[in-house]
Amino acid sequence: MSLIELNKVCKTYDLGEVKVHALLETTLNIDKGEYVALLGPSGSGKSTLMNTLGCLDRPTSGSYLLDGAEVGSMSRNARAGIRNQHLGFVFQNFNLLNRTSALDNVELPLLYGSGMSRRDRRQRAREMLELVGLGERLDHHPGQLSGGQQQRVAIARSLVNAPSILMADEPTGNLDSKTSREVIDIFKRLNEENGITIIIVTHDLGVAKHARRILVLRDGLIQTDTQSFDEAFQSLHAMETD
Amino acid sequence: MVCLTHSLNHGSPNSHMDFLLTVSVAIRALGRNKMRAGLTVLGVVIGIAAVTTMVSIGSSAGQLVQNELQSFGTNFLFVSGKSERRNGVRQQSTPSLTESDAEAVSAELDSVLAVSPLVGTSKPVVRGNNNCQPNEMFGVGEQYLLIRAWKLQAGSFFSERDIQSGNRVCVIGHTIVRELFQTANPLGETIRVGNIPFTVVGILEKKGAGLTGQDQDNVLLLPFTTVKKRLHGSNFDDVHAIFVAAKSPGEVQTATREIELLLRDRHGIAPGAAADFEVHSSDEISKFMGTVTGIMTALLASIAGISLLVGGVGIMNIMLVSVTERTREIGIRMAVGARGRDILVQFLIESVVLSCFGGAIGMTLGVSASMGITAIINELSPGSDWPVIVSIPAAIVAMIFAAVVGMIFGLYPAWRASRLDPIDALRYE
Repeated sequence: MSLIELNKVCKTYDLGEVKVHALLETTLNIDKGEYVALLGPSGSGKSTLMNTLGCLDRPTSGSYLLDGAEVGSMSRNARAGIRNQHLGFVFQNFNLLNRTSALDNVELPLLYGSGMSRRDRRQRAREMLELVGLGERLDHHPGQLSGGQQQRVAIARSLVNAPSILMADEPTGNLDSKTSREVIDIFKRLNEENGITIIIVTHDLGVAKHARRILVLRDGLIQTDTQSFDEAFQSLHAMETD
Repeated sequence: MVCLTHSLNHGSPNSHMDFLLTVSVAIRALGRNKMRAGLTVLGVVIGIAAVTTMVSIGSSAGQLVQNELQSFGTNFLFVSGKSERRNGVRQQSTPSLTESDAEAVSAELDSVLAVSPLVGTSKPVVRGNNNCQPNEMFGVGEQYLLIRAWKLQAGSFFSERDIQSGNRVCVIGHTIVRELFQTANPLGETIRVGNIPFTVVGILEKKGAGLTGQDQDNVLLLPFTTVKKRLHGSNFDDVHAIFVAAKSPGEVQTATREIELLLRDRHGIAPGAAADFEVHSSDEISKFMGTVTGIMTALLASIAGISLLVGGVGIMNIMLVSVTERTREIGIRMAVGARGRDILVQFLIESVVLSCFGGAIGMTLGVSASMGITAIINELSPGSDWPVIVSIPAAIVAMIFAAVVGMIFGLYPAWRASRLDPIDALRYE
């Protein structure tokens, strides 16, 4: 049994007169410990697939089994619980709470359902910030941190509840190449040393290169599913020349 | 190396924020926008302050009335001739009560402690070059002071003999002492009432200003027989009213009933027919006044309550703005696992904390305002003695009301926040 099993998942947005098919009968398995990159031009359904995998959204039809549990039929609350306990999110624009210290930001997921004491929560959040190399900046607010540092705070937050899957949506989109590399190194380390499953949406080929599996999406369908970077590159290139 | 992963398990995680944590999150969120929080609570501050002040002042007024009635004696009753209405116009009381009615009440009823007939009169009072016009000029019996729970400061009251022979003696209040005698000792001196000389035999204890600020010490008491014979020149034995003291406050009811029965019998009034007199008790007056001040208090409080309502609308307004403004925060919280209920509770508590905070400030303001206002009243009308009553129940009710206002007006914004879609909320700019 795979960690993630998508079976003929469709996602349709009903905009009144028109129906937008963002995902068309997507079938996909991802195993524990994989490092997957989702590539594709904008409008290809990357974000929709990501939101579905991240239990932020529910498929219109089809089945999504996460570690054997059907997400499609889960309530809002149950999905919130899954996000809290098993998933970590890293966003392009960091999505940190402003006017709140780095430590408070990292602690946030622990406020919901961890049942930990305040001391334990602070301790755990501090450890996560040290892990991403921000042990010296616990009390800094996002505004006082650079983009790369903010993204590392976001990574610390995504890790604080010990998730089995880390989902990153364009994590380097707002970063320069040097800090991008630092962030990518953290993902790599988490995947190789800690066995965390990583799913990353990107259009940066340099980021996708580090993944061990690349999915190329087009018009709501998985066009290419490969372990070879070159194959993915050609697939993308073919799209552009179409 | 810290533990980073734990195996997936689908045992439902107990995902609710604990209450104190939510409160501290709410307080932190409010602390980030102090100016706005302050302005938002202003409405509630004013509302709660107004309610607390109004109720406190209302209770002060009520207490003042009750004190006044107490000073009249708690077991006090009086019988008056019934006023008739002719064409809707109140006529002079018919002279239906007599001295012998008073004697009968005194002699025949066990529930009665003391009885005094009362004859009112109004004459100028003169001593040498000084003159004055007493507010109360009553011809009374020797038990009058006992009934009114009043004492003499000096001298003595009329004796039974004074009353039987209609002697020209009088007892005077402090104001008359001041106006006619200044610093001289009035005892044994002579004053002229309606041109007839009277000897001052006693001085009443000082009472101070009454409920409406009238001077209660501007009083002249004479034997009622003297008033009838010498001042009115009348040989009839009718009296204006009969003052009665029941044996105890508990016997006021019994005394009222017994007096009614006795007088109906003496006046030959058929059962069921309207009596030609009325019996009033201090009990009845006190209840009536209590109702009046109660209604006043409720009226004031409900007007003040409206401002509290307005304050609540202010809170709702700001909470709605706050929810819109913090849409992304809500999205982030939801993405990391906050359930709709967690968001609902967070915003609800924010709103309740806000209004309770306003309530506490309002309560403090209201308490000081009511103290200040009673102080000002006492300052402006010398002699009046408004009790300072800080209505603790009103303050507590106001606090609870503030919390309820926060909850009710926070509910809709909080509900809106909790229903947001996490994806839309995260995209919100």
